[in-house]
Amino acid sequence: MPRAVRKMARIFIQAYGHMLLQRFLVRLLTMLVTLFGVAIVVFVVIRVAPGDPIAMMLPPGASDDDIARLRALYGLDKSIVQQFFIWLGGVLHGDFGTSISLRQDVLGLVFDRLPATLELATVALLMAIAIGATAAILGARSRGTAVEAGIDIASGATLSIPDFLWGLMLILLFGVLVPVFDISGRVSPQLDLPFVTQFYLVESILRLRLDLTWDLLKHMLMPAVALALPLAAIIAQLLKQSLKEVLDLDYVVLARVKGFSETQVILREALKNAALPTLTLVGVQFTFLIGGTVIVERLFSYEGLGNMAIDAVINRDLPLIQGIVLVFALLFVLINLAVDMMYALLNPRLRHG
Amino acid sequence: MTINRRDLLGYGAAAIGAATLGLPRTAKAAGELTIAYNVNLPSWDPTTGPSAVNPTIQGLYQSVFDQIIGQKPDLSFTPGLLTEWGWNDDRTKVKMTVREGVKWHDGSPFTPEDVVWSLTRAGDEKTGNPIQFVWKNVNNFKIDGNKITGDVVQFDPVYFKWMSFLTGYILPKAYYEKVGAEGFEKAPIGTGPYMVDKFERNAFLRLKANPHYWGTKPAFENVTIKFVTDAASRVAEIESGSSQVTLEIPYEEYDRLIKKSGLAGSIKNVSDIGMIFFNNKDAMLDKNVRQAAVMAVDKELLVKRLLRGYGQPIDTLETPEYAAFDPSIKVEHNPDKAKELLAASGYSTKKPAKFTIQTTKGFKPKDYEMVQAIVGMWRKVGIEAEIEVYEIAKHYELRAAHKLAPAAFYNWGNSIGDPTTSTGFAMFGPSPHSSWKTDDLDAKIGPLWGEKDEAKRIAGWKAVDKYIAEQAYVLPLIQYAQPIVHSKKVNVVQHVSGALLPALMTPAA
Repeated sequence: MPRAVRKMARIFIQAYGHMLLQRFLVRLLTMLVTLFGVAIVVFVVIRVAPGDPIAMMLPPGASDDDIARLRALYGLDKSIVQQFFIWLGGVLHGDFGTSISLRQDVLGLVFDRLPATLELATVALLMAIAIGATAAILGARSRGTAVEAGIDIASGATLSIPDFLWGLMLILLFGVLVPVFDISGRVSPQLDLPFVTQFYLVESILRLRLDLTWDLLKHMLMPAVALALPLAAIIAQLLKQSLKEVLDLDYVVLARVKGFSETQVILREALKNAALPTLTLVGVQFTFLIGGTVIVERLFSYEGLGNMAIDAVINRDLPLIQGIVLVFALLFVLINLAVDMMYALLNPRLRHG
Repeated sequence: MTINRRDLLGYGAAAIGAATLGLPRTAKAAGELTIAYNVNLPSWDPTTGPSAVNPTIQGLYQSVFDQIIGQKPDLSFTPGLLTEWGWNDDRTKVKMTVREGVKWHDGSPFTPEDVVWSLTRAGDEKTGNPIQFVWKNVNNFKIDGNKITGDVVQFDPVYFKWMSFLTGYILPKAYYEKVGAEGFEKAPIGTGPYMVDKFERNAFLRLKANPHYWGTKPAFENVTIKFVTDAASRVAEIESGSSQVTLEIPYEEYDRLIKKSGLAGSIKNVSDIGMIFFNNKDAMLDKNVRQAAVMAVDKELLVKRLLRGYGQPIDTLETPEYAAFDPSIKVEHNPDKAKELLAASGYSTKKPAKFTIQTTKGFKPKDYEMVQAIVGMWRKVGIEAEIEVYEIAKHYELRAAHKLAPAAFYNWGNSIGDPTTSTGFAMFGPSPHSSWKTDDLDAKIGPLWGEKDEAKRIAGWKAVDKYIAEQAYVLPLIQYAQPIVHSKKVNVVQHVSGALLPALMTPAA
């Protein structure tokens, strides 16, 4: 590590380290408790929910012995408490069990699909921020005019349409009427992929295989836009409101007096302070956005975790459902932790205790 | 390099232009076929696990693995990996002749050892074959050249028919033992018309024509099967030209799409029926109520109004393609007679017979709407049924525990067309899939399971179907039609089993 970087890191830790570490440890503890709670809830709920996985796989001539044998084979002959502790013991050792329908290691299956969902959600988030922030800045700059009213109306309309409906409209527009993008899948089946990880988009960029990047984006853009639009509308509304409040503060007025243009005032002076509430919201909404991938991935046959989750639920694949939910929960708490840390870092009042 | 706003806009326009120039995506390389398929393929071993008994994915398996005995599109049997099969006179032995000159996808020879190993493995309960209850009925196989004999443990007249049905596939002994279950899952090989080129779970399957195939060579060199589980997305796939063939779309969409230029359709009745299970409890214990419930339903109207005329009303659990179909068994639609029957049991429109009917919503075409219509027809004669919607998983759970409501909608597939796999398992009390469980019916069905005289066996099942119809132990509704929409550049041959087989597709002249 270069000396300058080490020096900066040391200064940073000296300045904020204690407070951040304390906050981090508290959040870590909360996170573990949350995950344990989620594990119990999901385990119990899917077992008391209607639908017996064994009944779904019974062959036509199955006898009572066959049914009992199948129950024992999948460990469903034990009490829920016993099943839970056996499963928990496995999870603590990194063994999430074997999928009933896919007959493969659950963790392997989940980690195979997670990168696709993360890439989709990240692209959607970036789009939402870009669209939402642009609309907010434009609205704040043109406050009180028809442009702001137009942005408000567009945000309201965008927000009132759920992501899957956006998906259907996009399929109709850019998949059927003007077929620019691919309707289903993550990448064209005809292509040979040189990737060693499941992070196809990241890897294609790193390898400078822009042909593959474009193909991946052609598959990803419609589901990403469908996911991004409702979040973009929320960002636009909240950030615009925050900007309007900040724009009346003394230091911003001073900036105007200094001769900065309105755009410069917003971008250089107001945006930093106005962005804090939006940042928290974006963190929370990002978790919802990941949740939203379940339906959108299904609609676009996108091979992510959400698509797999639906199959798991239909097939009552208990180990796979548990694995997917737990990984989703882990993602949620990690994102919240990251947002919390970032907020503490950016907010001077929290930073100084 | 500095990029200004103008450059950026220019790049954006260029990117959109490039994407547009890439159109149309309908243009496929010669010998390429793309299919938008309605289900995912969970696992590659067609003989174990839950996917082995999923009828919808058998078309995918049959493209890669040959069935032990072949089946023509009309469900009749034809030599496959076995060229001859049968029993000895007293039904204590089976005799099979294995096709010679067949190769596995890796080029190694297909042998009788593969057949014996696969059948022995299928009969071993430890391997988890869901149809083990059939395969265990023959063991102690012996090989003599390309002939195989086996000892019958318990005579099952449908043993050979199962060789064209669920789990009736031969796997490569040497290869499987070398790579293991996990290795086979990653790189499956069979003897079928297509070889697996690339497989992305939940996304697509790329197939390549098998150059060693023993049968008719597939017309398309490369086939891409996209797993598009959402019906609206499948419609978009075919409409945009991204796929050339798709199936199982709403009938309304089928009618709309086939009118479009460049698209054509094929719709055929398949081996899948809609029915209402009756459970032997509550009001259903009254024969008059059951008969009235059956007679009150206008199945023609259901087909005409709800299914746009696609499909066919049925009066037994056998369709015309099945071995025990008896056209003489008719159940009339007679609401007046239904009223009389109900009146005889003290029921009327003012004092209706009451029970619950369970149904799925969207699991099969118009399932919920059909039940709504039936409830309306029942109301007019003096039956008040309360609809309870549940998921299909709940149906299986309740059925296995014999806890279904007095009436429950379900669909039943039977791609070998034998009565055991329709009326048999659906109506025989000890079967975990039956709902009506009474001794009188079981006494009639029981002896047929092991009947050695085929003509007598089929006649026996017809008699059972007649008895069921008279007693109104079940309400058979319709035989489903399977809609397939395809590009006019592709000829599609529909299989009555419902399996969509790329090997049966050819480029249109």
